[in-house]
Amino acid sequence: MDQFILQILNGLDKGSAYALIALGLTLIFGTLGVVNFAHGALFMLGAFCTVTLSRFLSFEVDTGEVMKTAWGTENPVTEPWIYGTLGEVTGQTVIDWAVPLSILFSIPVMIGIGVLMERGLIKHFYKRPHADQILVTFGLAIVLQEIIKYYFGANQIATPAPAAFVGSFDFGSLIGFDANSIIYPYWRIIYFCFSLVLIAAVFAFLQFTTFGMVVRAGMSDRETVGLLGINIDRRFTIMFGIAAAVAGLAGVMYTPIVSPNYHMGMDFLVISFVVVVVGGMGSLGGAVLAGFILGTLESFASMQFVLERLPGINQIVIYLAAIVILLTRPRGLLGRKGVMED
Amino acid sequence: MSKTNVTRRGVLKTGAVAGAGLALPTYLAAGGHSGFANAPGDSSVTLGFNVPQTGPYADEGADELRAYELAVEHLNGGGDGGMLSTFSSQELSGNGILGRKVEYVTGDTQTKPDAARASARSMIEKDGAIMITGGSSSGVAVAVQALCQEAGIIFMAGLTHSNDTTGKDKKANGFRHFFNSYMSGAALAPILAANYGTSRKAYHLTADYNWGYTTEEAVRTSTEAMGWETVAAVKTPLAQTDFSSYVAPVLNSGADVLVLNHYGGNMVNSLTSAVQFGLRTAQANGQDFQIVVPLYSRLMAKGAGANVKGIFGSTNWHWSLPDAGSQAFTRSFGTKYGFPPSQAAHTCYVQTLLYADAVTRAGSFNPCAVGEALEGFQFDGLGNGPTLYRAEDHQCFKDVLVVKGKENPDNEFDLLEIVEVTPAAQVTYDASIFGGELGSCNPGA
Repeated sequence: MDQFILQILNGLDKGSAYALIALGLTLIFGTLGVVNFAHGALFMLGAFCTVTLSRFLSFEVDTGEVMKTAWGTENPVTEPWIYGTLGEVTGQTVIDWAVPLSILFSIPVMIGIGVLMERGLIKHFYKRPHADQILVTFGLAIVLQEIIKYYFGANQIATPAPAAFVGSFDFGSLIGFDANSIIYPYWRIIYFCFSLVLIAAVFAFLQFTTFGMVVRAGMSDRETVGLLGINIDRRFTIMFGIAAAVAGLAGVMYTPIVSPNYHMGMDFLVISFVVVVVGGMGSLGGAVLAGFILGTLESFASMQFVLERLPGINQIVIYLAAIVILLTRPRGLLGRKGVMED
Repeated sequence: MSKTNVTRRGVLKTGAVAGAGLALPTYLAAGGHSGFANAPGDSSVTLGFNVPQTGPYADEGADELRAYELAVEHLNGGGDGGMLSTFSSQELSGNGILGRKVEYVTGDTQTKPDAARASARSMIEKDGAIMITGGSSSGVAVAVQALCQEAGIIFMAGLTHSNDTTGKDKKANGFRHFFNSYMSGAALAPILAANYGTSRKAYHLTADYNWGYTTEEAVRTSTEAMGWETVAAVKTPLAQTDFSSYVAPVLNSGADVLVLNHYGGNMVNSLTSAVQFGLRTAQANGQDFQIVVPLYSRLMAKGAGANVKGIFGSTNWHWSLPDAGSQAFTRSFGTKYGFPPSQAAHTCYVQTLLYADAVTRAGSFNPCAVGEALEGFQFDGLGNGPTLYRAEDHQCFKDVLVVKGKENPDNEFDLLEIVEVTPAAQVTYDASIFGGELGSCNPGA
């Protein structure tokens, strides 16, 4: 039973990332009708917002002293510039909290990147076939990841959570199991909670604000909303920025779970598209639901007990599930008739 | 009535011309009529450095390329000479190789066997490279080694750790200085027994490809021989990034040691997951839970950050070694590039020097002569103590380092500390245990 609960927790945790990325993808597809293959790159750029802020905070400046290195050269002794401003203890605490601080840093950056991407490139492909959109956004994703690799290298970059959240806690004893039977990392629980808050915030924004109402109306009938004199294009541009920020925030908070590298966006891209299709094209709730379901399935398929009986199932379970769901519900879990259908 | 004019002289003349015509392409292809492929001219010789310049191991490839450039500089008499002065052979004097200036071309393996073969082929056929070296993956090394065997070119392997490279896939034209999975297991086992005891239950997570299998087998064999029990061995997909599903069941499996047969990004991610799930601080079977990483690299340790602290593993070489060769190389590299070399850089630098030395001792670039000079060659002063290039499988036998993630590193390069230098005799094995045949040397002509 403890293994069952552990894998459910793992699944929810994985599903959080899938759901957040798929949510952004659905927002873009639902509003602009664009199949955005660069969305995984936005997740990666969010993670690199953390790396950038972390490197900025710990940027080293000369102290004026010189030390001899083991390889015989004389190098200046350095320390993070923030020590000089805030003192060593406070400065180190700020560096330690680089990941949470990156949330504030990444929101304007990612919205800016999203708006720039939409206005600078993607808007020119609105009326082009989906194949063209896929090609151009996939190309953009490759360009973005190569830029990141050029500046940050190909290896992973360690970006730990604040010291207070490193390690794990006894989740089992909280729910009445034996002590130490279900140990789960603090940060993964935080990631799951964060994703729930973010998903709720996006839904609330769309559901309870005038802006959201106009966007939802535009998703249903863009022409009519335009005829009412509303500049729907501008709102959709902002939605693209918001979707980019959601993907970016998913990336920011994911950095302590998997050390980021330039390729991390591609690792999530295909799965996220499967999540969107399984959830139902254009269905925000479907994207979230499918994210959690497929994440949980993937976790269970990775158990040794399952692998011994079905070798390799861990690598195909998501696609098998997608086939079964699409055969039984061709519009996906929560897809509705007429939505995103010609 | 017709009459034929076939004469004995005419047949001989026609036969001679036709024979010469048929033989000409082979003759021209035979490397300047020297009897081997890509024989260099009198002024220069071209080496081919085939490293990952793009893809997941691009940083390791960049470090390898730095080392190759440094080796070329030293062979041509530039810089401070690095290990030329500490190398026991003393045949190299900084005037190139056999008086020819050393030039080089580079290829990008992309850490993909197909791409690596294509770039090696291009360097051999278009650039006339006389020797190919490099690689940061066993899959690439095995593929390029086979190509070099067919082309009649010497292959001096870079970073490749699988037993297969000089085991079942060994070739007469291929040589490896780097250590292998068997040696990692043999070196690690006594240290693990000394530190963690002989009554342990191990859980293996193994990268699902050739190198993972040989490493798991080596570590299992060595640890089981000293009394450990293997509770489970689970294959993990190479493309896996989040290992939580694989790590989460470990603590309740009855195991008290987790062995991560992972390299590169796999190792960084699986170790990060293991630490997140509290395995470093957990108790199992009344003992502290332990994690082991059979193959370490400094670049991997950097990616894993503080998670590597206190974790045992093995490595081919480390820049902090105190011997004169290691210090000379670290000084040269550090002065030129501003930071110390990785183990990948070290093995690539050493392989280039060993090739140049073998050519010099053989007095020829002929791959068969070079191979003969390398086979059974014993040397010292290149950073790993006395070393033997064993003739039977073209594998170097030398001391192996057991290292541990440093608790309080002084800088970003000071991540591993040497725990033990395992003597070569302890990691030496019978050349026949991994199967395979060297075959005969191919000079390419």
